[in-house]
Amino acid sequence: MARDVAIVGTAQRPSQVGTVLTSVELILPVIDEVIAKVGVDRREIGFWCHGSCDYMSGQPFSFVAAVDAIGAWPPIVESHVEADGALALYEAWVKIQTGECDTAVVFSNGKTTSGPIDQILTLQADPYFVAPLWPGFDTLAALQARMCLEAGVVSERAMAEVAVRSRRDARSNAVAWPPASMGDHSVDELLATPYVRDPLRAHDLPVAVDGANAVVLAAGDVARRLSPRPAWIRGFDHRIDTQRLGARSLVESNSARVAGRVAGVNADKIDVAELHAPYTHQELLLVQALGLDPQRTRINPSGGALVANPAMAAGLARFAEAADAVTSGRADRAVAHCTSGPCLQQNLVCVLEGE
Amino acid sequence: MSNEAEGLMRIRQPIAVTYQWSAGPNATSHLEGLMEGRLIGKRCPSCSLVYFPPRNGVCPKCAAILAEDVEVGPRGTITTFCIVNVPFLGQKVKIPYVAAQILLDGADISMQHLIQECEADEVRIGMRVEPVWKDRSEWGPTLESIAHFRPNGEPDRALGSEAASS
Amino acid sequence: MAERCAVVGVGQTNHTSCRADVSIAGLVREAVDRALADAGITLAEVDAIVIGKAPDPLEGVVMPELWLADALAAHGKPVFRVHTAGSVGGSTAIVAAQHVMAGIHGTVLTVGFEKQSDGNAMWALSVPIPFGMPVHAGAGGYFSPIVRGYINRSGAPRHIGAMVAVKDRTNAVKNPYAHLHEPDWTLEKALESPMLWDPIRFVETCPSSDGAMALVLMSEERADRRPGPKAWVHATSMRSEPTAFAGREQVSPRAGELCAEDLWRKGGITRPADEIDVVEMYVPFSWFEPMWLENLGFAPRNEGWRMVEDGVTEMTGSLPINPSGGVLSTNPIGASGMIRFGEACMQVMGKAGEHQIDGARKAVGHAYGGGSQFFAMWLVGADKPN
Repeated sequence: MARDVAIVGTAQRPSQVGTVLTSVELILPVIDEVIAKVGVDRREIGFWCHGSCDYMSGQPFSFVAAVDAIGAWPPIVESHVEADGALALYEAWVKIQTGECDTAVVFSNGKTTSGPIDQILTLQADPYFVAPLWPGFDTLAALQARMCLEAGVVSERAMAEVAVRSRRDARSNAVAWPPASMGDHSVDELLATPYVRDPLRAHDLPVAVDGANAVVLAAGDVARRLSPRPAWIRGFDHRIDTQRLGARSLVESNSARVAGRVAGVNADKIDVAELHAPYTHQELLLVQALGLDPQRTRINPSGGALVANPAMAAGLARFAEAADAVTSGRADRAVAHCTSGPCLQQNLVCVLEGE
Repeated sequence: MSNEAEGLMRIRQPIAVTYQWSAGPNATSHLEGLMEGRLIGKRCPSCSLVYFPPRNGVCPKCAAILAEDVEVGPRGTITTFCIVNVPFLGQKVKIPYVAAQILLDGADISMQHLIQECEADEVRIGMRVEPVWKDRSEWGPTLESIAHFRPNGEPDRALGSEAASS
Repeated sequence: MAERCAVVGVGQTNHTSCRADVSIAGLVREAVDRALADAGITLAEVDAIVIGKAPDPLEGVVMPELWLADALAAHGKPVFRVHTAGSVGGSTAIVAAQHVMAGIHGTVLTVGFEKQSDGNAMWALSVPIPFGMPVHAGAGGYFSPIVRGYINRSGAPRHIGAMVAVKDRTNAVKNPYAHLHEPDWTLEKALESPMLWDPIRFVETCPSSDGAMALVLMSEERADRRPGPKAWVHATSMRSEPTAFAGREQVSPRAGELCAEDLWRKGGITRPADEIDVVEMYVPFSWFEPMWLENLGFAPRNEGWRMVEDGVTEMTGSLPINPSGGVLSTNPIGASGMIRFGEACMQVMGKAGEHQIDGARKAVGHAYGGGSQFFAMWLVGADKPN
C-alpha cells in the first residue's frame, strides 16, 4: 500500500563558522526559501518535522523556539526528533504513508561551532562505563580508523584521496565551507601533515560548521504538480548496531549494509551517492557496506560532511544534495545516507529516483 | 518490587559544557537599549504588533523578522501573576514574592518580571506598575537591569480578554 | 489507506522519586519486559523500536536511545527517537502507531521514560538563559498565572483545584504503579496545603518521578492472531502552536482545541462527553482538569469547573478523568504522555485492575507539552474502528 513520496524542493543555508544568529534566525530563511522555491503556501503544508539536539544548543527544549521560525498560526501538525533532520524526514515519510497528509516540510539546524561538539557527542556513550572516560567523538572514530588500517580495509592514502576529492568538489558547492586555509593540497602533501588523533590527520576530520536546511516532501500527483522532476523515494530504511565498540566489528558497518539492502540499493544503478561520512575512513567503509562501485557512482559530489559538517543537519544536507542531483537530471538514481552515534552505529539509507 | 540499593554502586559524573551564546542581531537593539536604561521593543512588519522582549528577533505568528524598533513603557499593566512561595536554589528574593506578566504601554505582548515594594496579596490583575532600575553601573544587556516593577498608584486598567492571555 | 493498528501489550515501571535500584537501561527494561509479557511476545519478535523522552540534560546522556540499543537487543533493527517536550510520551506512541499504520512494520515496541533523579530536574527544566530575566518560578510559576487567568474569567470557586487533587491522589491509591500513594486526602486537608505559586497549592502539583511506560503495537493481521483483549487505535491527532505571540490565548490554546476536534472527527465522535467512557488527561497542576475539559470539548467555555464540582470526573461519575491518578500522582516527564496513552489502552482492554472503569470501551489518552503548545491525543477502543 506504499504511497509514492518525493522530495520536491530543497534549501540549504551556506555554511558558516561562529554564527551570531539564533537557531530561529538560521532556520527561518531556509524555510522561506524552500517554500518559495516549491511555490506552495505554508498553510497548505500537512506536516512539519524538525531535527536538532538540545545538548548542542546548550538548552533543554531548545527545539521549541524553532516553531517560531515556521509561522505556526493557525496551529500546525508538527513533530521533532532528537536527531539529524534526515530522521525527521523519515518520520515525515512515514506520516505521509499513512495518508494523513500529502506534503511535509522537514528541516534541521546545527550550531556546531557554538559548543564543544566533540565533548557533547561523547555524552552519547554508555554513561556508566564509557562517558566518564571522556574519550571524545573524534577519538572513537580514530580507534575505528586504526582497526581499519590494521585490517587492510582502508589505507591512509585512500583516506587522503577522499579528502582531496571532497575539497575539490566542495569548491563548486555554494553551500559547503571550503575555507581558504584548506588550500589546494595533493595527497602526498596531506600525508606529510602531522596526526591530530593518530591515525587521523586534520584532513580526515570533519570541519564543524553552523548550518540549517529544509526540504519539502510531497506525495503522488501533488509531487508532480510541485516539481518538474521529483526525486522519488524508492526505498528507505534505517538500522542500528550495538554501541559497545568491542562488541561489533568496527571495520565494517553492519547496520549500513542491512539498511542499504532493505532500501534496495542496487549498485549497478546508482549515479550519485551522498554519504554522511564525517571521517574519511568512514566514507570508504560506507561505500563497501552499500556495495557501491566508485567507478560507476559519484561519491559525495557536494564535498560531503567532511568539508562542511553541521551536526544534526549534515544528514539532511545529503538528502538535499542527492535530491538536487536527481531533480537537475545529473542523476537518475541516487543514494542519500545519514549516520548517528559513534563509529557508524546507526545508519539511514534512502534511494531516490527521477522519472 | 524491592528497593534495595545496598551493594549497588552509584557514580557521580560531573558534566560541564561551555557554550557561546548569541542573542542574535534582531534582538540586539532591544538589549542595547537595556544597557542604556531604555525599553525598546520591535514591530512585526507583517502584523504590526510590537514585541517586548523580541524573543529570537522573530514574530512567531507571521514567521517574520522583527525589524522596526519601538520604544515602549515605561509603565505597564499586570495581566496576570503568581505568588511564589517555594524556596529555589539560588533564590535571591525573599519568599513570598510576585512574578507577574506585565503589558508595557505600547507593547502587544506581556513580559515577565518581579513585583516588589508592595505586599504580595495587594497585587492584582489590572494594576499599573513602573520599572525600578538598578544602579546605572549594573546595567547590562539583560532585563535584569531592571531590579523589579512596583505599583505606581495609577488607577487599575481593565484589560478584558488580555487577563487570560499573554 | 492506513492499516489498522492495535495495542496488544502494556507495561510500566513502579514509578517513584528515585529508582536507585536500577540503571537507566534497567528502568527501561522493567517497563519493556512487562509490556512484552503482556503481549505474549519476546524482544526478538519486535520489528522496530520507537523511543521517546524529554530533554537529555535530565539524565546527562545525549541521545540515550543509541546506547540503549544494546539493552533493547535492537541490533540490526530500526530505533527511532522522538522529542516533543512534555507531550513526547504521546507523540512517541503516535509515531510508533504510524509505523504500523503505514504498513512498514508489523510489530512495534514503543517506550517513554525518564530517570530524572539521575540529574537535577529543577535545573534542567529552567536552565537560565543569558539576557533573560530569571524569576526562578519554575514550571509552576509559568503555569500558575495562566491558572489565575482561568479562575478570573470563569468565576470558578477556589476549591476546584483542591477537589481535583484529592480525586487524583485518591485514585492513585488503587494504582500499584503510581508514584504517590496518599490515601488520606480530604478536601479540608487539601485546602490547608501550602500555596506554592499562588493560586497553585502543593497538593495540586505533580511530583518528580523516575519511570517508564512501554506499549507493544501490532498490525491488524498480527493482532488478530493474538489471544486476549486489544486496544484498537481509532484515531490519533497532534497540533502545535508558538510559545508566545501577541494575543495568544493561553488558558485554552487553539492547538489543543483543534487537536481534539481533529480526533473527534477522525474517530467519528460527535458528543465526546457522552461517547467517551474514560479520559487519561495530562494534568500536572490540578486546575488543568477543568481547563482541559473545556479545551477538549467536553464542557463549554468557563463551565469545566462545574463538571469537577458535580463529581462527573470521579471514578463513579459519568466521565471519569485520570482513574490512574494521572500526572498529578506520577510524573516521569518523558513517560507521562505515554502513561496516559497506555492507561487509556488498559481501560478498554479491561486490564486496569482496581482502577478499572467498568464497561469502558472507548478511551482517550491526552498529552501536552511546552508552554501548553504541543498537543497529542489518541482514541482507543475495545472494538475495531469502522
